[in-house]
Amino acid sequence: MALKMVKGSIDRMFDKNLQDLVRGIRNHKEDEAKYISQCIDEIKQELKQDNIAVKANAVCKLTYLQMLGYDISWAAFNIIEVMSASKFTFKRIGYLAASQCFHEGTDVIMLTTNQIRKDLSSPSQYDTGVALTGLSCFVTSDLARDLANDIMTLMSHTKPYIRKKAVLIMYKVFLKYPESLRPAFPRLKEKLEDPDPGVQSAAVNVICELARRNPKNYLSLAPLFFKLMTCSTNNWVLIKIIKLFGALTPLEPRLGKKLIEPLTNLIHSTSAMSLLYECVNTVIAVLISLSSGMPNHSASIQLCVQKLRILIEDSDQNLKYLGLLAMSKILRTHPKSVQAHKDLILQCLDDKDESIRLRALDLLYGMVSKKNLMEIVKKLMTHVDKAEGTTYRDELLTKIIDICSQSNYQYITNFEWYISILVELTRLEGTRHGHLIAAQMLDVAIRVKAIRKFAVSQMSALLDSGHLVASSTQRNGICEVLYAAAWICGEFSEHLQEPHQTLEAMLRPKVTTLPGHIQAVYVQNVVKLYASILLQKEQAGETEAAQEVTQVMVERLPQFVQSADLEVQERASCILQLVKHVQKLQAKAVPVAEELSALFAGELNPVAPKAQKKVPVPEGLDLDTWINEPPSDSESEDEKSKTIFREEEQKHTQHRQPEVDEAELARRREARKQEQANNPFYIKSSPSPQKRYQDAPGVEHIPVVQIDLSVPLKVPGLPTSDQYVKLEEERRHQQRLEKDKKKKRKREREREKKGKHRRQRSLPTESEEDIAPAQQVDIVTEEMPENALPSDEDDKDPNDPYRALDVDLDRPLADSEKLPVQKHRNAETSKSPQKEDVPLVEKKSKKPKKKEKKHREREKEREKEEQRGEDLDFWLSTTPPPAAAPAPVPSVEELGTNAITAPKDECEGHRTEKPEDQDDDAERDPERKPSRHKKQHRKEKAGRSKGKKAKQQPPTCAEAAGPVENGAAEEEPLPPMSSYCLLAENAYIKMTYDIQASLQKESQVTVSIILENQSSSFLKNMELNVLDSLNTKMARPEGSSVHDGVPVPFQLPPGVSNEAQFVFTIQSIVMAQKLKGTLSFIAKDAEGATHEKLDFRLHFSCSAYLVTTPCYSDAFAKLLESGDLSMSSIKVDGISMSFQNLLAKICFHHHFSVVERVDSCASMYSRSIQGHHVCLLVKKGEKSVSVDGKCSDSTLLGNLLEEMQVTLAQC
Amino acid sequence: MIQAILVFNNHGKPRLVRFYQRFPEEIQQQIVRETFHLVLKRDDNICNFLEGGSLIGGSDYKLIYRHYATLYFVFCVDSSESELGILDLIQVFVETLDKCFENVCELDLIFHMDKVHYILQEVVMGGMVLETNMNEIVAQIEAQNRLEKSEGGLSAAPARAVSAVKNINLPEIPRNINLGDLNIKVPNLSQFV
Repeated sequence: MALKMVKGSIDRMFDKNLQDLVRGIRNHKEDEAKYISQCIDEIKQELKQDNIAVKANAVCKLTYLQMLGYDISWAAFNIIEVMSASKFTFKRIGYLAASQCFHEGTDVIMLTTNQIRKDLSSPSQYDTGVALTGLSCFVTSDLARDLANDIMTLMSHTKPYIRKKAVLIMYKVFLKYPESLRPAFPRLKEKLEDPDPGVQSAAVNVICELARRNPKNYLSLAPLFFKLMTCSTNNWVLIKIIKLFGALTPLEPRLGKKLIEPLTNLIHSTSAMSLLYECVNTVIAVLISLSSGMPNHSASIQLCVQKLRILIEDSDQNLKYLGLLAMSKILRTHPKSVQAHKDLILQCLDDKDESIRLRALDLLYGMVSKKNLMEIVKKLMTHVDKAEGTTYRDELLTKIIDICSQSNYQYITNFEWYISILVELTRLEGTRHGHLIAAQMLDVAIRVKAIRKFAVSQMSALLDSGHLVASSTQRNGICEVLYAAAWICGEFSEHLQEPHQTLEAMLRPKVTTLPGHIQAVYVQNVVKLYASILLQKEQAGETEAAQEVTQVMVERLPQFVQSADLEVQERASCILQLVKHVQKLQAKAVPVAEELSALFAGELNPVAPKAQKKVPVPEGLDLDTWINEPPSDSESEDEKSKTIFREEEQKHTQHRQPEVDEAELARRREARKQEQANNPFYIKSSPSPQKRYQDAPGVEHIPVVQIDLSVPLKVPGLPTSDQYVKLEEERRHQQRLEKDKKKKRKREREREKKGKHRRQRSLPTESEEDIAPAQQVDIVTEEMPENALPSDEDDKDPNDPYRALDVDLDRPLADSEKLPVQKHRNAETSKSPQKEDVPLVEKKSKKPKKKEKKHREREKEREKEEQRGEDLDFWLSTTPPPAAAPAPVPSVEELGTNAITAPKDECEGHRTEKPEDQDDDAERDPERKPSRHKKQHRKEKAGRSKGKKAKQQPPTCAEAAGPVENGAAEEEPLPPMSSYCLLAENAYIKMTYDIQASLQKESQVTVSIILENQSSSFLKNMELNVLDSLNTKMARPEGSSVHDGVPVPFQLPPGVSNEAQFVFTIQSIVMAQKLKGTLSFIAKDAEGATHEKLDFRLHFSCSAYLVTTPCYSDAFAKLLESGDLSMSSIKVDGISMSFQNLLAKICFHHHFSVVERVDSCASMYSRSIQGHHVCLLVKKGEKSVSVDGKCSDSTLLGNLLEEMQVTLAQC
Repeated sequence: MIQAILVFNNHGKPRLVRFYQRFPEEIQQQIVRETFHLVLKRDDNICNFLEGGSLIGGSDYKLIYRHYATLYFVFCVDSSESELGILDLIQVFVETLDKCFENVCELDLIFHMDKVHYILQEVVMGGMVLETNMNEIVAQIEAQNRLEKSEGGLSAAPARAVSAVKNINLPEIPRNINLGDLNIKVPNLSQFV
């Protein structure tokens, strides 16, 4: 053994460590891959060793290889081994590797849950820290669900180092397990005011990140954040808060008003540029939200713009960039203020820094007007020519199009100019935005009727020039423009000057090199063109010319018929046949042009992109009803799929010719071969498309010449856009002169008319509206279906992970929302579905519970609630306090603490329900209110429904006050009840417990114990042990003896409580049981650790074995009549409590449900887990109560009544 | 949120790759390469922000980087982060490295990638900024180093001895790639408290 150890350590000396690996890789530059694969083999060997240090070293090297791009997921299991090492050194290596390579799909990740839980509760803060850091990178939904509670506990850890990490990781947990958000939120909010700045910063960080996605849920935190903003000095925190306010203000303009002053103060006072910049940004957001009717904020805008100008003029390129970025936000609402700085922005277009140029481009978008559009676009066009990189040039191109087409071509006064700009843009080589230009051409040509003639002439020139065809190699390249050009020339062929020439251009053989979809458009539009030429010729009586054109078509179309593209081929063959038919008719001198052009008659109108979606569903049409009833249920799923398969088979065979045998097939095959061999036109191999068109008859081979386009090419015959600028200036000048003249004349006339009543008149200045467009522009609006719904529903992404986090955080927690607590369970428990069902049912039980609330009380609470709801309003409506005041509003505290304490109690597992909590619940949920009232009415009508309603109540519900729902409005409130009672307590720890039984398990109950650390020490290694009796035994993990304790699956930092569950098996339930037990634990504080013990007696009352079960009154009556129940009764005097509350108590503590109640008499029912029926008749007299019980077991009944007597005596 | 933190040298060799969102290894390498090419094109005197590469995120993401001597430090962040704040954070990170390694140079990063990760873990956790106060960061790292040392003891000694022997055999470790001027501070930016 010793020898083996020595050998192991000697072997280890020759293992490479990380440094050796790195050095080795550097020394093997030529055959790096080979060297690394060698190293990986070594690592695999090392991972097989038992020594954890060797493994850790190997994993460390793997992490390095991962950085170089090697997949190391195969070592996931070894990584977990290293993670679970006891030494921090190794653990850290393991977690680092895991954080680099584990992800949602890593299957072994589920093995880590317990290890991580152990590390999280480790006494060493660095073990915990390293686990938290690692987990933050690879947390999955399962891990998040299982560990949420542990992490939440850590949020109140004594060490700020752990607290801040726990707070931060909660964000990741929320993302993966959204249900944890509501339970954890109160504590998270608490951390906003943590004494440690790091923790505070982490909490701000998390809440900001949450609020960014769903800002409206966090509005109520505004006062708190406002307070933080005015008193914090940490720039990082300030920036985050100010950014958060930027997200909140659009939802609440009043908040903005409150913010303006402190923010402007900060802008004036801070020296940190980062803070200044964020302040300006948020002020801008505020101004945007206030933009309507807020004249007195122009000073703030001026301040912002002025500060931004300083940033833009700064020599630091970063500040310049950010200045422009912020400027673009102002632009949206206050374009005027930005336009004043046009000079500066145009200057930035010349900046050497591409990022800055791009930002300046963004700004230009909002700065154009009818007046300066041409000028700005001209400048951009020169940039296009100068631009080096294609990305920047493409960006310029899209910006030019964006700028011109914005708000329905609002700023374009001369569409001829715009078309020429688009044509000029086609000169761009290597752009990816050909389709963009094409779309614009189509859009303008279709929607601006007046421009069609001009557009058609330009497009035919484009088709003719051919340089575009040359660039057809690139997908989405500039050749896309031809798509538009061909379509426009075809559709509006009546405007063509020389249609014949265009037809020739479109039938050139070169065209077949274009992408398929463009060729298809060519083919289709060639016919349109042909039809219009034919019409023209026939009308002119030139039949010969018409026949010539037909001949050209017949000759050229086959090149498309042979296209490899199906669409082209299909269209071409169709059309070729059509033209051939026309040729025949022409030969017989039948006029065909009219009929042919009828094929393309009618106008094509643009349809709005969303039109289809907006078609309203006609009245009487129900899209959800079946057209054909679905097949009957008798067919099972399995059978159906089989038959479908068979049916398909049958269908196929039906379509086929009758079956033929093998010999027949062979014969046919042979015959076909023979035929093919004899056919000279049969092409044996498939030649390339190019080759095919060379072979095609009637087309001579035209070599495609590559044109060098390094110099911007002036498309011959096309006007340049520049000339329009001059023309436009002249035109405007002319217009102005005319207008002035008119005005003068008018004025003179006026003067003549009413010379005595002369008014003050401002000098005529050229305003936006004065510029009349050159053409009579008729922009056809896009078509929408009739009765289209005007609402513009945003298409939200249903898969957005942040949507799940959109929950109401102010509503108090329901029990069902508690984070899952790790349970002590044995195999049996886990099998039962009942456990999982509990939370759901519990949720439902809330409803009946609320009903018992008194009306008066409710009113009162509602008032209170309204007050609270108005707190934010109140805070917002007060005048803004001086920015320096640390705690500006008193209500901040109130709002904060109320919301924090109420749900916290619940989430920590105390079920001591305060009446206030319940009311909050009732009142804050407006949806529930009406339903509650309704139920009450119904109840008054029919007493029988009570039984039904009791059904909603869960069998295990602890605070089951449910059945006592017919509470009269005038009765006093029920004191708070808790089913948890004290088990034992000492200076360290307090234990409360509750016993839960379930009808599914007749000899088992679950004891939930809440352990609360009352000391300032850290409690760990808790172990619970009881002395089993013959009848009642604690379920212990397999393999442990009856004397072993059961470990509590968590540790308790000071002040923290948590709940553990233990399962007990019982044989007989007719008698109450008491078990002696001990909780042992180690208390660790600064001085050291001590071993402590706490003895307790666990009391299993008979009531604990009862499960609230609803019973109908008729069933109840039958049960009583059956006569196999033994009877017993008790009487208690001196009762002052109302009958209503009395029943509630019995229901709550003894798990009964009310079957029927008449005046001061009620029948009740319950059932034990072993199936005993228990029936009660409770009668209330003056100051006394008598209970008559009937039960299938007399001992059980006697014990139960005894217990009930004790309960009633306290009333 | 920070989406990724990349450190690579002037030749695009990765020195630290930390993604806070899952990408397969080959995509990670592709992103590093793409980022390197984006950053390489840029002069030192132009702005430190870059609209995101095509591989990570989309329009919401930005690359914020700093160039120190032979190394580029690139953070890929979304719009919830303050641009200037992240620039400061990079500075904090590099200064922390400088403190922990005593005059950090590229070699330190090459041979101690694990340590660099541990330092980064104290600054950024799961894509969120954990700590901006350098003294606090350094204190935590030193405490963890002490803890490691106390554990190390015997088991680490033979390995160290061997690696010393190995060093003798390989005398040509380049020592001349000093990271140099670390004190390029952004003017007008106050340090975080």
